[in-house]
Amino acid sequence: MSEPASHEHNPGRRIGGTLLSVDNISLAFGGVKALTDISFDVREHEIRAIIGPNGAGKSSMLNCINGVYTPQQGRIRFDGQEFQRMDPHKAASMGIARTFQNIALFKGMSVLDNIMTGRMLKMRTNLFLQALYVGPNRREELEHRRHVEHIIDFLQIESVRKTPVGRLPYGVQKRVELGRALAAEPRLLLLDEPMAGMNIEEKQDMCRFVLDVNDEFGTTIVLIEHDMGVVMDISDRVVVLDYGKKIGDGTPGEVRANKAVIDAYLGVAH
Amino acid sequence: MLYREAGQFRTSYEADQQIFPIRQDRIAFALLMAVAVVGVPLFASDYWLTAILIPFLVFALASLGLNILTGYAGQLSLGTAAFMAVGAFAAYNFQLRVPGIPILVSFLLGGASAALVGVAFGLPSLRIKGFYLAVATLAAQFFVPWLLVKVGWFSNYSASGVITAQKIEILGFVFDSPVRRYLLVLAIVALLALAAKNLVRSRIGRAWMAVRDMDVAAEVIGIRIMRTKLIAFAVSSFYCGVAGALYAFAYLGSVEPDAFNLDLSFRILFMVIIGGVGSILGSFLGAAFITLLPILLEVLLHGGAGLLGLNLSPGTPSMMQLVVFGGLIIFFLIVEPHGLARLWQIAKEKLRLWPFPY
Amino acid sequence: MQFFLEVLIGGLLAGVMYSLVALGFVLIYKASGVFNFAQGAMVFFAALTFVGLQEKFGLPFGVTLALSLAAMVVLGVLTERIVLRPLVNQPQITLFMATIGLTFFIEGLAQLIWGTEVRRLDLGIQDEPIEALMERFNILVSRFDVAAALVAGVLVAVLAVFFNKTRIGRALRAVADDHQAAMAVGIPLKQIWAIVWSVAGFVALVAGLLWGARNGVQFALTFVALKALPVLILGGFESILGAIVGGLIIGASEKLAEVYLGPMIGGGIEGWFAYIMALLFLLVRPEGLFGEKHIDRV
Repeated sequence: MSEPASHEHNPGRRIGGTLLSVDNISLAFGGVKALTDISFDVREHEIRAIIGPNGAGKSSMLNCINGVYTPQQGRIRFDGQEFQRMDPHKAASMGIARTFQNIALFKGMSVLDNIMTGRMLKMRTNLFLQALYVGPNRREELEHRRHVEHIIDFLQIESVRKTPVGRLPYGVQKRVELGRALAAEPRLLLLDEPMAGMNIEEKQDMCRFVLDVNDEFGTTIVLIEHDMGVVMDISDRVVVLDYGKKIGDGTPGEVRANKAVIDAYLGVAH
Repeated sequence: MLYREAGQFRTSYEADQQIFPIRQDRIAFALLMAVAVVGVPLFASDYWLTAILIPFLVFALASLGLNILTGYAGQLSLGTAAFMAVGAFAAYNFQLRVPGIPILVSFLLGGASAALVGVAFGLPSLRIKGFYLAVATLAAQFFVPWLLVKVGWFSNYSASGVITAQKIEILGFVFDSPVRRYLLVLAIVALLALAAKNLVRSRIGRAWMAVRDMDVAAEVIGIRIMRTKLIAFAVSSFYCGVAGALYAFAYLGSVEPDAFNLDLSFRILFMVIIGGVGSILGSFLGAAFITLLPILLEVLLHGGAGLLGLNLSPGTPSMMQLVVFGGLIIFFLIVEPHGLARLWQIAKEKLRLWPFPY
Repeated sequence: MQFFLEVLIGGLLAGVMYSLVALGFVLIYKASGVFNFAQGAMVFFAALTFVGLQEKFGLPFGVTLALSLAAMVVLGVLTERIVLRPLVNQPQITLFMATIGLTFFIEGLAQLIWGTEVRRLDLGIQDEPIEALMERFNILVSRFDVAAALVAGVLVAVLAVFFNKTRIGRALRAVADDHQAAMAVGIPLKQIWAIVWSVAGFVALVAGLLWGARNGVQFALTFVALKALPVLILGGFESILGAIVGGLIIGASEKLAEVYLGPMIGGGIEGWFAYIMALLFLLVRPEGLFGEKHIDRV
């Protein structure tokens, strides 16, 4: 992956102040501790990676950030507001969008409808006007369609826009899911293993998209990824989790040199 | 070749978002409507109008309602007939008790009453899914007809709760002949079908399907699951309620609560499954199929029996009907879960190339 | 007080019969994740087949019973093979709708074969009060109900042993837990499912005979069988114990409601009371009394 080089050449890009910070988050299911006392922050416009072995609590972390899970302890601060508990709807309306590890698209709907659904919160007309499909509703549908078509162009999925997503190959579905998240014009994008199960070309494409989203729209991105090469190339800073605890945090270079991280990955006895 | 869309370019998103973006479809639909509005009244016999076409339209409306709930929002209901009953009895009572209320307003209020009841019985859907919900809707199915029989007020204290629908009069024009009633039902069903199509291609329709396909993801996008499901229950029950009102006023004339039984609910569910789950067109195809099938079966059975010189016992045709309905449901679920609507789509795709396969 | 006890006992005993039908649902649901709406139709089919055979051939009770059982096994195996196997991996709701279709098919088929008239079924147990109880406590309890409860109790005990102690039972539980994992360790899935459907057919036969002897063998049996659904909601879909307890609760409260509440609001509430009760219960505890709570993972 050659492109990310230019990314690093431009370190002063436009990384801003803290957009999201999670403070002392602990989460347990029954007696099983999924996360223990996790804290980190995410700055505006940066690409922040969360890495760690399987079962380290990475997805649980994302689920806490956008309110799918409610942590027993800790706080989440987003855009200056502090939450003891987030709920998914509030998270969405504040501009947090995400994709899922196992694709969570609406399988019976077309690509176009899936991405249109991502703009749900931006649409306003009432039920009655929707039933009539006149005036404001028609205008609104068209206006959002135009925006969605931009995303479809951007992700290069024009040819399948009317296809039900259930029939698309895996790699394309992953793209559509990214498109649906982008449709909300999020400030913070949470990507749960966007490149899992992809071949090398698909991975390169996806990397390209992630970087472009970050560059063009200035979207802040938190991503979980297993491919170390990808993580080291595209992320600004990395959080490392292991058994629900944070064992490392810093730039890719720092993390790579961290002894605890190396132990976790090479399987040294705890 | 007959059904060729080559050369028809949609140059604006507006053109692409039409209900029928392809010219042949528009022509075919216009022809169909012309037949329904002009041809049928000119040529159809009273038998066809009262025994086939009017019930077909009424059932199509009810299965449209159930399809919104089950096909689009993914919530299975076995209480359709109960919501129809509410619509019928509410419309009757509005006519009876509110002096000078226009009949169409009564129908709408009947639908609105059904919507309220639908929301009440839809409340469990917030916590349960699938067949749990189906069982919960059975409560509506058994409770509502009982209530309508027991509380005499609903039927103006008639014996066993029978109501006789008032005459349909709009602006001094009386809809008393089969043709007139047919045209009225056709107009109402066509308008409501258009509205349903508009709903499912708008924001709420996408929200319904999103909740149906993957509720966690829908929530993360910002869809309020609870509200979306309840709106589905309300809109669906509204359609069923209006269908129920038409069932009483335009089809049967007089009706008792027990006519809205579990059997009717199942029948409408079958229309949805066979016609096409999650398809507006499918609701009509399914209603036509299920309305015509018993008649066809009767003819076949009697013809067959006559030919072979057999003596049919009186219960045979209706038992045969159960077997065929049941068998068809299983067949469609296994072979073509999207029903007749999907078969129609496949046929159209074949027609694009026919008669030259390449 | 005596009257109350009578109603309560009568209700509990009737509840045992609901439990019997519910048991058939639970068996199939546990083993294959299919909510078999047609269990009620199977009860009807079983009873009708038994009476039909009895009328037509006049064979001894045991032979007729064996033949009916054979018919139920054939029905169960065919259902599994023709209806459910092609639908493996489909959404649960699709399977559920398929079993609704199956319900219609079986109900139609049974009556096509045996006719539509109501029939009496005599098991040789009188539906009359037990004298001893009447003399000692002045309580009327039907001999038939007690016998039915005993039969149900034995059946449940046998099933419990079957499930927990035998090799097939262990395999069944493994299959219920995870189809693919069970297949991977070499459990013959198809055979297991055939066995489950046969056992469900057997349970349907027992329920059908008892219900049929009580109310006559007629189409209305299928409505009685529907009552098993609220029982399941109360007890949880996956628990045999739940089916029993749920049945008892529904049976007892339904009778009590009919007797004490019925006169106040017009009677005939047995038709819906169980469903409304289940509905309200769902709002409080959607997973049922003995069901497991599932955590959705994302």
